[in-house]
Amino acid sequence: MSSDRALLEVEELKKHYAGNATLLDRLLGNERQSVKAVDGVTFEVERGETLGLVGESGCGKSTTGETLLALEEPTAGDVRFDGESVFEMTGDERDEFRRRAQVVFQDPFSSLDPRMTAGEVITEPLVVHDIANRAERRERAKELLERVGLSAGQIDRYPHEFSGGQRQRIGIARALALDPEFIVLDEPVSALDVSVQAQILNLLEDLQEELGLTYLFIAHDLSVVRHISDRVAVMYLGQIVERGPVDAIFEDPQHPYTEKLLESVPRADTSERGRRVDALQGDVPSPRNPPSGCRFHTRCPYAREACRTEVPDTYEAGVPGQRTACFRAVENHEYWESEPLEAGATDAADPDGEESPAEADD
Amino acid sequence: MARDLLRVENLSTRFFTGEGQVNAVESVNFDVREGEILGIVGESGSGKSVTALSLVDLVESPGRITAGQVWLRNPDLAEEFPEAADGSFVDLRELPNGVRRSLRGPTFSMIFQDPMSSFNPSITVGEQIAEAVEVQRRATANPRSTRSRTQGYGLASYLVDGLAPGRDYTDEASHERAVELLEQVGIPDPAERADEYPHEFSGGMLQRAMIAQALAGEPDLLVADEPTTALDVTIQAQILELLREIQTERDMSIVLITHDLGVIARMCDRVGVMYAGEIVERGTLEDVFDDPIHPYTQGLIGSIPDLDDPAPRLQPIEGNVPSLLDSEMGERCYFANRCPKAMQECLQPPGEREAGGEEHAARCVLVDREYDELDALPDNYFGSGGERG
Repeated sequence: MSSDRALLEVEELKKHYAGNATLLDRLLGNERQSVKAVDGVTFEVERGETLGLVGESGCGKSTTGETLLALEEPTAGDVRFDGESVFEMTGDERDEFRRRAQVVFQDPFSSLDPRMTAGEVITEPLVVHDIANRAERRERAKELLERVGLSAGQIDRYPHEFSGGQRQRIGIARALALDPEFIVLDEPVSALDVSVQAQILNLLEDLQEELGLTYLFIAHDLSVVRHISDRVAVMYLGQIVERGPVDAIFEDPQHPYTEKLLESVPRADTSERGRRVDALQGDVPSPRNPPSGCRFHTRCPYAREACRTEVPDTYEAGVPGQRTACFRAVENHEYWESEPLEAGATDAADPDGEESPAEADD
Repeated sequence: MARDLLRVENLSTRFFTGEGQVNAVESVNFDVREGEILGIVGESGSGKSVTALSLVDLVESPGRITAGQVWLRNPDLAEEFPEAADGSFVDLRELPNGVRRSLRGPTFSMIFQDPMSSFNPSITVGEQIAEAVEVQRRATANPRSTRSRTQGYGLASYLVDGLAPGRDYTDEASHERAVELLEQVGIPDPAERADEYPHEFSGGMLQRAMIAQALAGEPDLLVADEPTTALDVTIQAQILELLREIQTERDMSIVLITHDLGVIARMCDRVGVMYAGEIVERGTLEDVFDDPIHPYTQGLIGSIPDLDDPAPRLQPIEGNVPSLLDSEMGERCYFANRCPKAMQECLQPPGEREAGGEEHAARCVLVDREYDELDALPDNYFGSGGERG
């Protein structure tokens, strides 16, 4: 094992969903229009850390999580888990990966089989991987129930007998059953009330410390992401626009989208009343037909001609380890010489809301 | 100080379900002033949405408002119905149905959480707004009749609709007004967008359209039930800005219902915190956020991760939101089983107590006394009721 490498390395990962081609399209040989849910995403998750993947609905964050676990077939790119390419794994290797990497889903109401008891839900991974005998599995389930803050006596209850928070605890217990190293947490608290959400966040933190887990924490709630993450990646329209250490991202964002996103969040504080919020205008464009150049240029307050024609690379900016996909981070970039785009002109180029991107994801 | 527009006194709304009586709203008191934004915050199942529906008289069977008064300032109606009046206020619950219904639109209007499911998918957005305008126009012309197209079911109206679909109810003027309203809520190319169907709108745009529809009757009070919960933060910021703009422009009052303390902090002058059907604490924004008395309010504020200052550890409230079934509620402070400061006294219903200042009140014994460990309830007093969520 190469322990100096990141546990998970994602490189130029793409996931496109092919649209439905009509018969006419096929006859005419038209190219099928695809939804570019994830379009060239690169990041790594270090051992024992929590990487927060944050973005608005439809930005591709959940698809990223599913694809890197090989739950979805990737369109292009590579994911290496502990140095091994996930998509090339076969047989035992694949089984081993499936044991070491787990997932917890957003909706505790639809992600548990209503006809299975808590114990059956939790031990199912053990059955699938053919680990331990019946009695041992039951013991393990009891242990896990206690570990996630439920009582062993609840092992024979069905999901409908539990509250949302309790069900999410069962989902977490199931993910822990195989002693994984890495867990993708896909919006694990967004369906929960704030008081219960705080309980689950504390539980996740405790588990990470005790079991040395590595998390990919996918969420749209920036306060939650700030609270739990060590590093953060911000997604917009299938791409990562900025990533870096959590404090740097939240205190000194380098990408205009991150900046605007942070500005939009209402703070639960009395000073919020007087705060001037310069809200981002317009809607997220459709991932079927993303804008040219920088995908954010249609809504960006700093957009210039260069942003419309040229695709930004990622550049070092801010603190070490912080990278942004914005020309403004480059001192001598031609961006600074090019004409600012008029707000009105960009609006016309982007008739907002033509297609709600929410349907592509989440 | 601004005058009161609405006063709610001891309002209780119950649902009579197969499983028993559910006390969704329990003896709620608050007032709404002219030109203010009043926030009501609470977790799911706290009764905040039912409170909103009770205000605009939209509680549906098996639910019913069972007690209390909703006093509306309306000198004309007070004169017309002296038996339901108190000064220039009238008790909405004492007014005849027709009169009450005629208040929806010009007096009250409501916007809902999910714009996608609040519009009829088979009618254009413009037509649906024009319909609201038309209803208002006809109601003004003849205040006792508010017949809308949706009331015409049955074979006859099916045939009429089939033979002459489209704008049989609205006319050109209402349609123009609808376009004007769409423009006022910031929809680009309103004339074209008016002819589009709801699925062609994004979530944010549709929420704007719903606000336009609510404004059709020039309401004095807009009840907004989780208006931004289904939206992304950047879109939420736009919608909140829009609500504030129209509120200032029209000097309208807004009752804003949300679970998000951040939204409350950005928008509201005063706020009520709901728990288990009761308003457990109310006051100005400063009272409730900076100086909360009720342990539930304190817990709620402690549960939220702070974006600007991430605390190392969150302080959640243990346990779950309680059941509102009458048979399971008992006679005590409903928060006692989750409360870190529960005492013997909490086994009695605490009642609402004034907490100094003009506005600040809480349903908690801690208003009048300090927490004393000697009076504390034993840890397992409520048995496994304190199970974690």
